[in-house]
Amino acid sequence: MAKITYAEQSYECRNDESVLQCLTRHGVELSSSCHAGVCQTCMIKATTGTPPADAQKGLKPQLQQQGYFLACVCTPTEDLTVVNPDEDVMPQIAATVIDKTAFNDAMLRLRIKPETSIDYHPGQFVNIHRDDGLVRSYSIASQANDDYIELHIERLPEGRMSGWLHDEIAIGDKINIDGPHGECFYIDNKPDQNLLMVGTGSGLAPLWGIIQEALAKNHQGEIHLFHGSHSAQKLYLINELQQLADNHANFFYTPCISGPENKGFKAGRANELALSQFQILGGWRIFLCGHPDMVNDTKKKTFLAGASFNEIHADPFITQ
Amino acid sequence: MSESLYDRIGGEAAVNAAVDVFYRKVLADDRINMFFEGVDMEKQAAKQKGFLTFAFGGPHNYTGKDMREGHAHLVAKGLNDSHFDAVMENLGATLTELGVPADLIAEAAAIAESTRNDVLGK
Ligand code: HEM
Repeated sequence: MAKITYAEQSYECRNDESVLQCLTRHGVELSSSCHAGVCQTCMIKATTGTPPADAQKGLKPQLQQQGYFLACVCTPTEDLTVVNPDEDVMPQIAATVIDKTAFNDAMLRLRIKPETSIDYHPGQFVNIHRDDGLVRSYSIASQANDDYIELHIERLPEGRMSGWLHDEIAIGDKINIDGPHGECFYIDNKPDQNLLMVGTGSGLAPLWGIIQEALAKNHQGEIHLFHGSHSAQKLYLINELQQLADNHANFFYTPCISGPENKGFKAGRANELALSQFQILGGWRIFLCGHPDMVNDTKKKTFLAGASFNEIHADPFITQ
Repeated sequence: MSESLYDRIGGEAAVNAAVDVFYRKVLADDRINMFFEGVDMEKQAAKQKGFLTFAFGGPHNYTGKDMREGHAHLVAKGLNDSHFDAVMENLGATLTELGVPADLIAEAAAIAESTRNDVLGK
């Protein structure tokens, strides 16, 4: 009989019982609907123990890898500690700012070193907590084996967190973070798959990390990056990306400017240019990062162009 | 005992194959897409799996009352027979596209059709 631990309480799960039934029998309410492993309403996450593969069918591999499973079809074979992902509060860790470099007036590269190292994939995100309770999410641009976490901070008009990080935080200061979160990262299960990446502004941070990881893992399919902004001022890492494209026959970089000052760049919005170049996306993996309107609109359009929902990855948060 | 429609149609694999095709048709269908454009498209897509499992006669826990309650907010927004017909059409077209034999499509259509009054709150 396996034991299920939820919110620091342990419950005996009968052999003929699903995790959902066990929790319900003990008065723990999880939302659920179909009870057949289909609707994904009852998806929860195992933080210790491995859920059986049958309970992870139909989930994105990124979620499977992180222990997500469907409680209604999980007959556990070992003890599990589970959390409801909506309530998954991770402990805060102090991190020291070890580097602060401006890409340009609008974009800052921040490197921080957490006191206890965290296991992450580039493209996941951390939350930064300020002492007054302000919290913002930032995606990770560095690689798992770097000894720092790299974040790109875009200065936003009236952005309280971004203004603070740009103007007040100095090398040697400590900030609190929690994470990693999210399923927007590379997984090497299909090395020949084509990847389409669209980012605006500091949405480049996760994509930069994902591209480096894919290339380091010798990804064979084409990797197309469209990075866009209204003005050239908010494009950055241009030379580095150009260089990467020169060195890798399967990596293609298209910097796009939607405003009038577009000399030397592709004229137009990154997502529209990407979709007009690639109209059939069946079998592709898609990464979308940046402005929420762009992300939602492009999610739908890439799906309609043939990409499967399980292969569309996006930042879930609003950058501000 | 003969095999259930769900098993004959291909079970969970059939649902997974059909959901993208079906949801793509629904989102592209201007007669009904306004009902489906939720903030979280992935959750919406997962719910369509619930719909397909149901139509395929698969394991589910939905009652007529659930159907009624689950669509009541849509009825309030004007959901009517013409929308129901459009969903039936998209379901048929999806299964045809996936090469499901006509007699199985007819069985699935009959299951979906049987919920008309509940879905439309009649
Ligand atoms: C043909 C018969 C129909 C059946 C058997 C059916 C069945 C279902 C099922 C099982 C769900 C999933 C509920 C859940 O897991 O939470 C669902 C959700 C939904 N259905 Fe239907 N449905 C039908 C017709 C329609 C029609 C005609 C429309 C609108 C044109 C519609 C719009 C929706 C929407 C928008 C949702 C998601 C609701 C939400 O976000 O809460 N359905 N349906």
